[in-house]
Amino acid sequence: MTTLKVNGQEHQIEADADTPLLYVLRDELKLNAAKFGCGLGQCGSCTVIVDGKAVLSCVTPLLLVEGKQITTLEGLGTDEAPAPIQRAFMEEQAAQCGYCIAGMMMRAQALLQRNSKPTDAEIRAELAPHLCRCGTHMRILRAVKRAAHLMDTAELLPANQGSAR
Amino acid sequence: MARSGIIGGVVAALVIAGAVLGVVLVWRPAIAAIDPPSPQSFAPELVKRGRELAALGNCNDCHTVRGGKNFAGGLPVPTPFGTIFSTNITPDAETGIGRWSEGAFRRAMRLGVDRQGRHLYPTFPYDHFTNVTDEDDRALYAYLMTREPVVAAARPNQLRFPFNQRVVIAGWKLLFLHRETYHPDATKSAEWNRGAYLVEGLAHCGACHTPRNALGAERTKVAFSGGEADDWSAYAINTKSPAPVAWDADALDFYLRNGWHPDHGTARGPMAQVVKNLAAVPASDVHAIAVYMADVFGVPHAARDRAAVVAEARSGVGRAPDSEGAAIFAAACASCHDSGRPPPYGGINLALSSAPSAPDPRNLVNIVLAGVRPVEGERSPIMPGFAGTMNDQQIAVLVNYLRSRFTSQPPWGGFEKTIEEARRTQTAYLTTSAAPTSAPASATQRDKP
Repeated sequence: MTTLKVNGQEHQIEADADTPLLYVLRDELKLNAAKFGCGLGQCGSCTVIVDGKAVLSCVTPLLLVEGKQITTLEGLGTDEAPAPIQRAFMEEQAAQCGYCIAGMMMRAQALLQRNSKPTDAEIRAELAPHLCRCGTHMRILRAVKRAAHLMDTAELLPANQGSAR
Repeated sequence: MARSGIIGGVVAALVIAGAVLGVVLVWRPAIAAIDPPSPQSFAPELVKRGRELAALGNCNDCHTVRGGKNFAGGLPVPTPFGTIFSTNITPDAETGIGRWSEGAFRRAMRLGVDRQGRHLYPTFPYDHFTNVTDEDDRALYAYLMTREPVVAAARPNQLRFPFNQRVVIAGWKLLFLHRETYHPDATKSAEWNRGAYLVEGLAHCGACHTPRNALGAERTKVAFSGGEADDWSAYAINTKSPAPVAWDADALDFYLRNGWHPDHGTARGPMAQVVKNLAAVPASDVHAIAVYMADVFGVPHAARDRAAVVAEARSGVGRAPDSEGAAIFAAACASCHDSGRPPPYGGINLALSSAPSAPDPRNLVNIVLAGVRPVEGERSPIMPGFAGTMNDQQIAVLVNYLRSRFTSQPPWGGFEKTIEEARRTQTAYLTTSAAPTSAPASATQRDKP
């Protein structure tokens, strides 16, 4: 039995210690934002935030995240009150098929929590582990910049934002 | 009276002789400055040859900083004596080598003396470059003098006394700079000799792969027994090689040209830049290096083939019981490393990799933490790093598991410090934050993958 803290809630999980976190999030907790892409830690679509760091959940066994704060995209905002990173991606229309985008947003979120004014080069370097086959890369870059701006101008945000941090 | 006069005369003569000898050993004249030659004054074929030679010599690796202009210098090279910064070897007249004649360039390569007559520190591996022929020096000179000139003054070295006195270098040279380190061997093939000339000379493989003595010189009696390169260990590349499957000329040739080999894995750390440069080198030269080095590797007494090594690792599954390490391996590593797909699209079977078998866990820890980054603009193997997922204790558990599961070597003991250091040096460049955490963690951080 493993205790997982996901988006502020505790869950008792029965899966084996070597089960990838992604499987538990999707199959047991029904949190489907993180995607199964390659299963090899090579595409980034399974990225979630663990204790403030972007982590590839498909190659992360449960035993490594026990007791840590796990945040998925669902923990950042809702349809009614999207988080700045989500708003920015929508406003820039950064998704085409969208498969990679949840992972992109999570790593961008982790970056912005650490560094509120990243340069273009820093954003590119940070998102390098993520693959997007639709090719909306330029929009994704713009969205991350926009999110940084939104986070800096807090008065634009709905009142309940930032709770997931 | 007469007697003391004679003694006084002898003493005076000795003092003068000593001074003359000292001057002869230490003093080197400046070579007249020239106006920077125009790029058009060099034959294009000579420049092209020079480019290949510069790639063989890995010149850009030390003389370029990440994100900086090619050959403009400024890379900190940590040594036990302090930090030495590489210099600008672009043809800029004031801060580079624009005013150097070919003779001055050749003297630097052969004797480690700059145009102005100052002794250069042997971090510039002239103990190898002294073997380079006049003809090759001419081509290298032509190549460098036709690069884009960059204004970049050399950064002052940070060396402790007495090492900050260049006169010390003259003594070092007296002890360790010998030109006879390479002799053609008539009993060997032309290709072997070509390889020997390159390996012992321009390619300076021993600079990393040979251990050094207390004065920082290569211990040539144990050449190629393994040394250090930045924060990586440079494996032994002689009979002491930790490779589970013996290297041969074909494997070396493939590895040096591609950066990976299905029986050996991927070139990482400073070796990644070496193989990247070798891609621009004529295939015949790489093959010559492979032929010579296969001879240096020799035939290990317990040579095993791939099938035997893999079979033994399989049968060894029971060696490490169901443990935390096994669970981490199952979820984090096995999807690539136990998939049966060989590199570059799958991960190497770790029973074949040198890293878990090596005498020191440093390279394995480096790779687990930082992963294998893709080489920009190239098809290359990749692996995610686990610095953000595992704490030091978990890294240790995994590394111990890999050692016991995939090798028959005794466990590594007490490598907590290795993990701490690797976390500091290997992950600094992975973290991009505004400041100050994005600064290199130490002078030992080369700021490049």
